[in-house]
Amino acid sequence: MDNSYLISDSWLQQPLPLLGQLAPSDYADLGFMCGLEVHQQLLTTRKLFCRCPSGLYSTDHHAEVLRHMRPTLSEMGEYDGTALMEFKTRKEIIYLLNNATVCTYEMDDAPPFEIDDLALDRAVAITMMLGCNVVGEIHITRKQYLDGSIPTGFQRTAITGTDGDVPFGDRQVHIRQVSIEEDSCREVSDEGHVRTYRTDRLGMPLIETVTDPDMKTPWEAMEVGQILRRLARASGLVRTGAGAARQDVNVSVTGGTRIEIKGVPSLRMIPRLTHNEALRQRTLVGIRGELIRRGITADDVQDQGHDVTPIVRGTDCRFIRRAVDKGATVMAVPLPGFQGLLEVQTQPRTSFLKEFSDRIRVIACIDELPNLALSTQDVPTLSSREWERVAKVCDVGPDVPILVVWGAQKDVLTAVGEVAIRAREATAGIPNETRQALEDGTTGFERVLPGADRMYPDTDLPPIALADARVDALRADLPSTPWERTARARELGVGEDLAERLGRHRAWDLFDHLSGRLDAGRFTAHRLASLLLDRSCPRPASLRAAGPWWETVVDALAAGEILPAAVWSGEEDPARPLAEAESREIYAAADRDGLPTDRALAEHVLMGRIMPQLRGRADGAAVRTWVKEELA
Amino acid sequence: MSGKKDDFEGYRTPTRDLLERLTAPVWSQVTLHTSRGDFSGLILPRSETADADHVVLKLATGYNIGIRHDTVTAIEVHGRKEAHYQIPEKAFPVDPKKPRVKLFGTGGTIASRLDYRTGAVIPAFSPGELYGSVPELADICNMETEKLYGVFSENMGPDQWIGTAEAIAAEIKMGVAGIVVGHGTDTMHHTAAALSFMLQDSPVPIVMVGSQRSSDRPSSDAAINLINATRTAATSDMAEVMVCMFGPTSDRYGLLHRGTRVRKMHSSYRSTFRTLSDIPLGKIDGTGVTPFRDDYHRRRDDGDVKLNAVFDDRVSLVYYYPAMKPDIIDSLVENGYKGIVIAGTGLGHVNKPLYPALDRAREAGVHVYMTVQTMWGYVQMYVYETGREIMGKGVVPAANMLPEVAYVKLGWALGQSHDPDEVKRIMLTPVNGETTDREPHNGYLLFQGGIPEVDEFISSHWK
Repeated sequence: MDNSYLISDSWLQQPLPLLGQLAPSDYADLGFMCGLEVHQQLLTTRKLFCRCPSGLYSTDHHAEVLRHMRPTLSEMGEYDGTALMEFKTRKEIIYLLNNATVCTYEMDDAPPFEIDDLALDRAVAITMMLGCNVVGEIHITRKQYLDGSIPTGFQRTAITGTDGDVPFGDRQVHIRQVSIEEDSCREVSDEGHVRTYRTDRLGMPLIETVTDPDMKTPWEAMEVGQILRRLARASGLVRTGAGAARQDVNVSVTGGTRIEIKGVPSLRMIPRLTHNEALRQRTLVGIRGELIRRGITADDVQDQGHDVTPIVRGTDCRFIRRAVDKGATVMAVPLPGFQGLLEVQTQPRTSFLKEFSDRIRVIACIDELPNLALSTQDVPTLSSREWERVAKVCDVGPDVPILVVWGAQKDVLTAVGEVAIRAREATAGIPNETRQALEDGTTGFERVLPGADRMYPDTDLPPIALADARVDALRADLPSTPWERTARARELGVGEDLAERLGRHRAWDLFDHLSGRLDAGRFTAHRLASLLLDRSCPRPASLRAAGPWWETVVDALAAGEILPAAVWSGEEDPARPLAEAESREIYAAADRDGLPTDRALAEHVLMGRIMPQLRGRADGAAVRTWVKEELA
Repeated sequence: MSGKKDDFEGYRTPTRDLLERLTAPVWSQVTLHTSRGDFSGLILPRSETADADHVVLKLATGYNIGIRHDTVTAIEVHGRKEAHYQIPEKAFPVDPKKPRVKLFGTGGTIASRLDYRTGAVIPAFSPGELYGSVPELADICNMETEKLYGVFSENMGPDQWIGTAEAIAAEIKMGVAGIVVGHGTDTMHHTAAALSFMLQDSPVPIVMVGSQRSSDRPSSDAAINLINATRTAATSDMAEVMVCMFGPTSDRYGLLHRGTRVRKMHSSYRSTFRTLSDIPLGKIDGTGVTPFRDDYHRRRDDGDVKLNAVFDDRVSLVYYYPAMKPDIIDSLVENGYKGIVIAGTGLGHVNKPLYPALDRAREAGVHVYMTVQTMWGYVQMYVYETGREIMGKGVVPAANMLPEVAYVKLGWALGQSHDPDEVKRIMLTPVNGETTDREPHNGYLLFQGGIPEVDEFISSHWK
């Protein structure tokens, strides 16, 4: 092989570092930057722009609607890249409608109703909890989505506030903006040219929190995600449970571009996904460098595909033969200059070739895998003789990589075009796209990244003023943040770790309520916190579920009428302490046979025999004194 | 108003005073310091229908927000960035082998665009723009366009009906293969009726089309409706005034409705147009027109059309309600109205207190016709005594003419004559299906949701 095609960037030759193998300084060298867009469903009874119930999911449907999405000219007179991509896919979109969960609004057969005030109030409250500046007027905006996930083709969304901060360790993470928006459909399937959505979730109110790319390592990204999640939960204003919170994660490295990983279902996946995505970007930067070194530019990539169907008819390669037998057209696209690059690992178990395969799958809708074959690939595809004949038709030498794609003729032409587009993008670096989170922690192409041009004012609804009176009333009643709660607990004397846990625990409201009942007696705030976070109490640590019971118990504790251990006894009504004489009697009656000779051990065993009978009814410290005295 | 550009477009006191005082005209890149914190963005023009209290900012992310004027403490102006919004026009390609179709624009959603500055939907229209957004049209025909009006449906009236009819007649005489009329949907059936009466025996299809979702939305029905209407105009054998709109709400096919029997039946559904008391002429999709019936007027190549574009607008349509008082009728008569169409209850009834007013109307020479507010079915005034009494007052039953169609037809008839017998002859002689001899059983099909077999049918078809 020609020496000019040897790879010089050592990054492209070495195995990719695994998660855990890179130190923060390595990520800094990569120029790793990460930001989050956290979506959380607001706790409301109704959807945002119609009167359908929120939080109700269905598994069956009563009617179906078929639609297509057409790109519209943006306000600058251009089609958005995503719009064109979605148009190329020629998807038929099917919406499944359930009578209980959707009305004509979700079907895009009726204009929106006025915004749900409860949802707006809750969004504004969370906006304030995030330290954001609340806008004076809400402007409903249409954010275009051509994938069909919203039947209108756009999501109604509005900014509620900008420029907040949340504490993260010893620094602040900047919140760029918070918006209220309607949730999208749930995808049921996407096969060939048909994509199916369930509409039950469509229109449920969401709050979206967008951070600056302030996170410098994959773990920081996860931790900030946790902080935002806890804040939302602490507010009591959001839904919890499966699917109620999702996040998009933005990653970039030096020389790269901002890549959005959409719909990350779990915070725990963030480190692996962002690590792998950073490696992918670094690899693509390396591939670009190689192409520049080889003198390959976008102009060198040809759009033309060569029909090689006659050559491969009767091939022994099973998947190609099966396709040809079903009438598929097979086309070959040579990629001169890409020698050795398509096999380079971009993510674990994933090579650069997959970026081509993904595009063909998503945009040309050729989704039966494998959907391409590479002449220089080290796996059995066409025979060498067949590859030789393909190379001849393409008029290239034997070392030039050739991609072969197959499918319905219209789709194959789209696929050939996409191969050329992806190859050209490789000469520029990292294409602007959104990527989907895959279960194995890698990412796959989802769609071309939509531009800022896809935002339009919503003409169906007027702006909504957020008057001072409304904002002030919400502020007066604002739930505290986890970090405010921790600080408050520490002021009350709760130890550091316990205060940290309490701050994000749902027992906070109860603690806050009960702490006012404590006097300066022996039962301290620290002991109260410790009691509430203990899982063996007979009643839940919830003000709403068991407030009066806890009030009685805490009053008795503060007055010294009962012992904390009595609350853990599992009894509905904690036992009263025994008089010392009674305790002494039970103490005296304990079995003393076979005590170990080692004194410390003997003390331990004896305590173990006595305390089950006295727990909650006698002070453990006092009993220990008796034991020590006896065994001394 | 002078042509001078307003630097504070759409802003009124007190917000305008603030922006003027702090020298921050629209398109200024600014940071606003406010009692609610700092906000940075581009000052946009304010919609004239919005309140006078807020400044509109476009943030870098593309979102808009509003800031109340009295929360602003200072404005830093960083620069200026005026946006020029334009829609590219591409010349519509000409292929001598393709039929020539003329598209007349009257306004409405089909030809609307967003005014991105104010967010309002405005009617706009040009062939280049159409080609830019619906290039499929060039596969069907050579299209020429002419903007007759730029008004929403509700502003269409007799003057526009006459103007449109005359423009179509002139175009037909010049040998066009078909006519498409872009129209707002709200009163499309009024205009369709008017054109049906004013343009008789057309040799080519005259297809009215609109959209229920504006063309700036990805889910818009505008493109498909326009493609369907254009294909019908260019190739169909049906030489009538028709309305071409979505059949189901799914993107599947359009229905072709006779202009005199069609009505908008839902305020927002895509499948809002229905043929009443009859079945549509046919359907149209990518494969062409499929007729549902055989009694349509066939295409001819003689270029002859009978133009009779007249209208007397001293006509009213009265929707009867149970407690109606005679002064409603009296006031029309006293104000010089010459024709009244009543949409009566049931088979065509009004209450007894109206009788003297109906007598007075007849004495004043006012032509009164009865239709039914049930929409479907015939007026039948012999069945009940009430009906016979009302006819005795000179009220003429208008068979199964739709109330709106009867209104349009009476105005058109009075444009030709005020002689009661002649008006009656015109009214009761069908021009093209506005009254029919028989109502087919499937001319009335309102499926009732909830009935198991209906729900089963719905669940097994795309709605």
